[in-house]
Amino acid sequence: MTGKMKSVLALGAVVLTTAALAWAGAEAQPKAGGAPKPVITKAVKGEHCVEDTEYMRRNHMKLLLVHRDRTVLQGVRTPKHSLKGCIDCHASEATGSVAAAKEDFCVSCHSYAAVKIDCFECHSTKPQGSAAMHPLHADAASVEAMAGISR
Amino acid sequence: MNELKTMSEQVPQSAERRRFVGAAAAVAGLTVVPGVMLYEVANARPEDQPASSAVRWGMLVDATRCASGCSDCVSACSTENGWTPVAQSEHPRQAPQWIRKLQLEDPLTQAQINLPMLCQHCAEPPCVDVCPTGASFKRADGIVLVNRHTCIGCRYCMMACPYKARSLVHEPLNDTQKPDVPRGMGCVEACTFCVQKVDRGDGTTACAEACAAAGHNAILFGDLNDPESEISKRLRELPTKQVRADLKLNLGVRYHGI
Repeated sequence: MTGKMKSVLALGAVVLTTAALAWAGAEAQPKAGGAPKPVITKAVKGEHCVEDTEYMRRNHMKLLLVHRDRTVLQGVRTPKHSLKGCIDCHASEATGSVAAAKEDFCVSCHSYAAVKIDCFECHSTKPQGSAAMHPLHADAASVEAMAGISR
Repeated sequence: MNELKTMSEQVPQSAERRRFVGAAAAVAGLTVVPGVMLYEVANARPEDQPASSAVRWGMLVDATRCASGCSDCVSACSTENGWTPVAQSEHPRQAPQWIRKLQLEDPLTQAQINLPMLCQHCAEPPCVDVCPTGASFKRADGIVLVNRHTCIGCRYCMMACPYKARSLVHEPLNDTQKPDVPRGMGCVEACTFCVQKVDRGDGTTACAEACAAAGHNAILFGDLNDPESEISKRLRELPTKQVRADLKLNLGVRYHGI
């Protein structure tokens, strides 16, 4: 009697597991293809990043953490590995910011990876200077400045 | 337009100037006695070197020169550090205030004294003693700061400060911060002696610059440890007081004429 019960239960478990696996497989297939990939815009300024791109993707947070303590506690403000340095190069052309729109550099990846950052609760998301100071507009700005002087 | 031009000129210049000053100090170091060289190097600290205890930043406020009704130092601080002036704030009673003008009157003689009140950058800061997370700290060069990464906004330091120098940010700032001066809701903050300018090698603060620009020259900023600095010379000549000297906190801000 008990033996029969056991075999029925085992059979049930096998059937359920198979069904669950098949269902999960069917569900996972279209999702993997359909998830929107993050938009990674090339930095507007500079030839290359301070480290290899692959290294930065995995380790930028470690570099930022070390640099942050050196800056706050000791006053070392070297641009390499500083958040300000990231923002100076990676601020988007459209918004002038790294975190104002969904496609902006920091937000784009972080929303894809579902990692919440609170850097910008305190830190400015924009580089120093006005929008016209953006490296891409540097030529236009200097022409304007020259015009201002000649006037 | 003007603002744009000055900004574009300033940014590369100060980095350039710092490198130049650093090199000059290194060259001077070869020729002068070792003790003097130490101070020279410490003042024009290279970019990648930590703040050194060879320097102690301090301020001398000459209350006899501080003009009644002038608040140029306060507005300069607000502009440099990005805090909203109290008059423009929606909640003035809890608005952050890094520096404020005080007018004191002797009830017997009606003699009036004007002075700016700000963080006194104590050598023995009570705010650092009471901080439960270690967020409130004193840097090697004597500047008392809040590490916003560890501040939990408990406001013990505000209670402990005898000078009411600290404020809590109550409202979200919505990305209005200056790139050099991160600030955020839920953190305590106070005068930083314009630490971003000090680290850049400017050797002065926004309030001192504004006071000199207004022609009052009531605020002098400099290195208290360097006997040859302008501030040390003036401190030797003038009788000065520390506010609440009875607390024996060894203040970085000294007042003359109070």
